[in-house]
Amino acid sequence: MSILVKEDTRILVQGITGDFGARHARLSLDYGSQVVAGVTPGKGGQVFEHAGKKVPIFNTVAEAAKQTGATVSAIFVPPPFAADAILECFDADLDLAVAITEGIPVRDMVRAKRAMAGRRTRLIGPNCPGLVTPGRGDKSSGGCRIGIAPGYIHKRGNVGVVSRSGTLTYEAVWQLTCRGKGQSTCVGIGGDPVNGTSHLDVIKLFNDDPETEAIIMIGEIGGNAEVEAARWIKQHCKKPVAGFIAGATAPAGRRMGHAGAVIGGAEDTAAAKIKIFQECGISVAATPSDMADALLRIWKG
Amino acid sequence: MNIHEYQAKELFEKFGVAVPKGVAVRSVAEFEGALAKIDTAGGIMVKSQIHAGGRGKGTFTDGFKGGVKFSPTKEKALENAKAMLGNTLVTAQTGPEGRKVQTIYFTEAANLGKRPDGRDDEYYLAILLDRATSCPVIVASTEGGMEIEHVAHHTPEKIFKVQVDPAVGLQAYQARQIAFALGFSGDLFKQCVTLVTKLYHFYWEKDCAMVEVNPLLVTKEGKLLALDAKVSFDDNALFRHPDVVALRDLNEEDAKEIEASKYGLSYIALDGNIACLVNGAGLAMSTMDIIQHFGGSPANFLDVGGGATKDQVTAAFKIILGDANVKGILVNIFGGIMDCNVIATGIIEAVKETGLKLPLVVRLEGNNVEAGKATLAASGLTIVSGDSMADAAQKIVKLVNHK
Repeated sequence: MSILVKEDTRILVQGITGDFGARHARLSLDYGSQVVAGVTPGKGGQVFEHAGKKVPIFNTVAEAAKQTGATVSAIFVPPPFAADAILECFDADLDLAVAITEGIPVRDMVRAKRAMAGRRTRLIGPNCPGLVTPGRGDKSSGGCRIGIAPGYIHKRGNVGVVSRSGTLTYEAVWQLTCRGKGQSTCVGIGGDPVNGTSHLDVIKLFNDDPETEAIIMIGEIGGNAEVEAARWIKQHCKKPVAGFIAGATAPAGRRMGHAGAVIGGAEDTAAAKIKIFQECGISVAATPSDMADALLRIWKG
Repeated sequence: MNIHEYQAKELFEKFGVAVPKGVAVRSVAEFEGALAKIDTAGGIMVKSQIHAGGRGKGTFTDGFKGGVKFSPTKEKALENAKAMLGNTLVTAQTGPEGRKVQTIYFTEAANLGKRPDGRDDEYYLAILLDRATSCPVIVASTEGGMEIEHVAHHTPEKIFKVQVDPAVGLQAYQARQIAFALGFSGDLFKQCVTLVTKLYHFYWEKDCAMVEVNPLLVTKEGKLLALDAKVSFDDNALFRHPDVVALRDLNEEDAKEIEASKYGLSYIALDGNIACLVNGAGLAMSTMDIIQHFGGSPANFLDVGGGATKDQVTAAFKIILGDANVKGILVNIFGGIMDCNVIATGIIEAVKETGLKLPLVVRLEGNNVEAGKATLAASGLTIVSGDSMADAAQKIVKLVNHK
């Protein structure tokens, strides 16, 4: 198994006709993922073609889902329209909406998150790299790649990875792959202060997934999501967890690139989070080069 | 994006939030005219306008004390304003270099009331996002006029919070809860309910990141007024508020950060001597961390975003080299999708264009990395290659510390 998405998960792409969406739709098709529909309002009926594959474009998410059986959307819609795109996924009762878009206004996300309550659709992101369940082919091809992560750095296996950051996730994944350790699913939850799925949500899914044997959780300064997850891990998690917190050198009050990465109080510094990780039995990586090794110190694979 | 106090209060007035009457001016020639527009009988507050807190307790670089001054007469107000305008104010939040005061705000001095127990009649009110619930939260306290962090730490029971459901917005009963929690009754109770309701409306309509009123006060005449106003906006929402964008004061922002943003770079200067250039915010933060871990000191945060084009790398090098403290550069790129060889070529061109003489360590990883490393090695430039983040960080620290 894996979490959230499997090799045969059928994907639709909102914003497939834009540069960004098109580029990553092609890369997902190259990886062997099942990109079955595109959605661009007003361009319904057109076809997105790549490497001999024809992906039909629809005007609405509901129509795309109905016609193609897509259950997951990758959202590449520009920021002013992205919250609307997310809400359209809820309305179409998709399993999962993955919002890659960076720069969505907080107020839009506050409303979208409120609208999500009571709906069956899960939101990942926004401002996230998406998620990958690696395939079993050459360089992990044949997997499910939703978003912007490089597919080839993965390897199918038993480590679950959850992180806010894109490139820092790739760093952890590549360290694992280079040490012969594969991944069940890698989830980027995004760097915004309001997001659909938290560290803890993903940790719970990994805890229940039979294929996932060990977990790497990567966090950063700001907020209390990592602390919440760590306390739950101490109480309930059956699997070894390694962790890393970015931002030990960040000055207080300055936003570090990610909208959520800003130190607001004593509790959300890197030092405070690392201390809580240690108290909760999480193997803490001293540096970002040490993430895979921190896990391998407590899990032999 | 932050704005000045006087701008925040002008917006408050538009939204019906009561503030003391005031006029902002930018030159000495306008002083007299400005003072003629307000009632000066009860004295005048002369307030330096900079984007930093602690103004009242600040000191100007020429020794003049206090960036906010009560002035009993017009003459004294003119004297204080002349001493402040064009002068550089250093506060606990500005850093030692301080900020040049380019605008003076004259306001009618409020006649501060007293509570029955003799204490000043000052309160605290703020609206911001509660990350734990993803909902707006209104924070109120009877302990105004002091640092709210101090109140929260020592007397948490004096902090009152109301969470607003974004589906329905602020409800009347919630505004009443705040007015009751602050201990108001009679006409002041009504004033408080109105003020809270209008302030929330402003916060929501204008996509504020935070609105803070400290102090909110009651005058001897029984009027509830926002005496100070601190407002910041969600940068991601500025596209729908051109009127807010017009309030931006570039004098208050770091010139290098403004330059960086033109190239899609996110740059923040720090105190150290090892500059770094990284793709991705999380990786950029952790590159700073690993420099420090191995005994170095990071000079900046710099995220070039998803790609790393020649133009971006060149612009980044120029910004980095504008910092005289920088003694070495670490480039850390995880080229997941981008071809590392293209990135390597961009780095070489940027080195040549900027005439870089400082030690440079480049750590490339990802797509076509072997070709990228070969290109760097064949360039004839003294670029040191790092194999991992740890290896690269150790190399640049050694090069800088042993020079």
